[in-house]
Amino acid sequence: MDEAQAVLDSIEGTVGEIAVDNPKMSMRDVDVFYAEKQAIFGVDLDVANNEVIAMIGPSGCGKSTFLRCLNRMNDTIPICRVSGSVMLDGDDIYAADQDPVLLRARVGMVFQKPNPFPKSIFDNVAYGARIHGLAANRAELDDIVVGSLKRAGLYEEVKSRLDAPGTSLSGGQQQRLCIARSIAVSPEVILMDEPCSALDPIATARIEELIDELRENYAIAIVTHSMQQAARVSQRTAYFHLGKLVEVGDTNEIFTNPQHELTENYITGRFG
Amino acid sequence: MSDTTEIVKASLARRYRAERRFRFYGVLAITISLSFLAFLLISIVFRSIPAFTQSSIHLDVALDAETLGVSENPDYAELRTANYSGAIKKAMRERFPDVSKRKEKKNLYSLISSGAEFQLRDHVISDPTIIGGNTVIWLQADDELDALVAAVDDVTNIGDVKTRLNEQQRGWIAELQQAGEIKTRFNKTFFTNGDSREPELAGIKAALFGSAWTLLVTFLLSFPVAVCAAIYLEEFAPVNRWTDLIEVNINNLAAVPSIVFGLLGLAVFINFFALPRSAPLVGGIVLSLMTLPTIIISSRAALKAVPPSIREAAQGIGASQVQVVFHHVLPLAMPGILTGTIIGLAQALGETAPLLMIGMVAFIVDIPAGITDPATVLPVQVFLWADSPERAFVAKTSAAIVVLLLFLIVMNAVAVLLRKKFERRW
Repeated sequence: MDEAQAVLDSIEGTVGEIAVDNPKMSMRDVDVFYAEKQAIFGVDLDVANNEVIAMIGPSGCGKSTFLRCLNRMNDTIPICRVSGSVMLDGDDIYAADQDPVLLRARVGMVFQKPNPFPKSIFDNVAYGARIHGLAANRAELDDIVVGSLKRAGLYEEVKSRLDAPGTSLSGGQQQRLCIARSIAVSPEVILMDEPCSALDPIATARIEELIDELRENYAIAIVTHSMQQAARVSQRTAYFHLGKLVEVGDTNEIFTNPQHELTENYITGRFG
Repeated sequence: MSDTTEIVKASLARRYRAERRFRFYGVLAITISLSFLAFLLISIVFRSIPAFTQSSIHLDVALDAETLGVSENPDYAELRTANYSGAIKKAMRERFPDVSKRKEKKNLYSLISSGAEFQLRDHVISDPTIIGGNTVIWLQADDELDALVAAVDDVTNIGDVKTRLNEQQRGWIAELQQAGEIKTRFNKTFFTNGDSREPELAGIKAALFGSAWTLLVTFLLSFPVAVCAAIYLEEFAPVNRWTDLIEVNINNLAAVPSIVFGLLGLAVFINFFALPRSAPLVGGIVLSLMTLPTIIISSRAALKAVPPSIREAAQGIGASQVQVVFHHVLPLAMPGILTGTIIGLAQALGETAPLLMIGMVAFIVDIPAGITDPATVLPVQVFLWADSPERAFVAKTSAAIVVLLLFLIVMNAVAVLLRKKFERRW
């Protein structure tokens, strides 16, 4: 414990350039507390448009907690408290006049375990569009569903059985269904919390290709346990340790020439 | 071989013995509880059999206007009040012309149910033209005769079967039997009549309808209120001292003795709000007070059991809290909620004590037509009949229990069907 505290105290500020030009999201001095326990310590970070930013770090380093701050998913945890500023297009999403429902329509999320609704494939994808009233009629809804499934690379596999239950798909297909569900509401940012950790390597490869394609239209923040994955899909990488953002920078730079000792230790596999 | 292998080997036999012991205890426990249940069911069903049959006596009744005490062309009011019992008695005397003493006559008349005159009345009213001639009719027999012919084949030699019928009466019965003038058939009366002091006329219908009306009120009140309360407490309410207090109180409410709810119903609904006494409305309100905590607790458990990943999925694409709950959580929790509701309603169906306090223990002959009519319920009917001195009520009591159990089975079957309908897999 004391050792961890010593390490924590030794991390002073973030190495690397946290800011980008024209950021989509911009976090400054974000602290997160679970009741009395502080989970995130003063993190500053920008997310750029058309960019995949990977968040890596050992278990319990707070990367998932931080990600969930970006669309206020932590609101649902009563003991969780967030301070600092999280800006989306220059507006603080934690401001009193900001609506979490609207926010989550703009900042979508894909979870660790595929979690399709126990409804048909069509209804899964259509759900977001329905509740937000994005489609004026059935034809528009069909377009949204088919378009989303195509962009998620799932359409060819399921086009003949759109009314089959979403849960009847394989794990990798379910995760792509969840991605299709997210992009059906045309979000601006997609948050992915270890989207491939429950999948086999082939399904993982499909998702990674998909992430790379989605980058054209969205800003994507992905939390991952796999450094290879971070290296494959992301343009920038942020390394978290014990709730602090230790280092952030160009992915190639981080993996080939880490500046901070802790980053280097993690990347070379000395702990994690 | 390593030490571990030796040590594990040595302990294996002991471990398997422990498992076998536990299996044995388990099978024993199930056998004991099942045998109690089987014993209970078999004895009740066996005792109830006589209640489902009814003996009738064949009589050739002379319907002359003089005996009936009506005019030549009687109107409806006259027909209703005519002396049918006189006509029946006369027919009985003609069937057994030897009977002359007053006491013997009385014994002879007692073989026919006191409900027989109403049977004859309905028969005559349906076709008044038969007045003046003779009519052949099967009239309900008395419950003692009923019990005797059900119990023994030869009524003149009854062994140690107990009956209040004397030797002469049994002789008459034997004579009737030999002439084929007594027959036993399915007892429709039991399902079409209300309660009666005469066992052969007593039926379950009033209590059955009373139970149905009461449960309807209970369900309509407790289900929506309890489900709303559970959803609010589980999904919307902040966690603080007040909600903790409410939770503790709901749990306590589930443990309050039911008679207390009866007293409350008496004081508040009948005395203060002046709602009708003995009515399914009050019974239903009182029972829903009892059922509420059961449904709330089980509904909360069902809501809590919905995986958080479903909530997150819906929230993650911008569903509001109400949409999350009503589109996703509630449908998945519905089977559990329904199970809790059925358990609560089954409890309410079997509840007697609180209903005694609000007057649903009354002697109800008429079938209740609504929730404000005086009524009684099945378990109270069981209680009333079990308390009656006539031997035939033993069978009626068991039969009422059988009906109560069937009611429960139907309710549970509906619950299973609903659960199947709502059940979704993920």
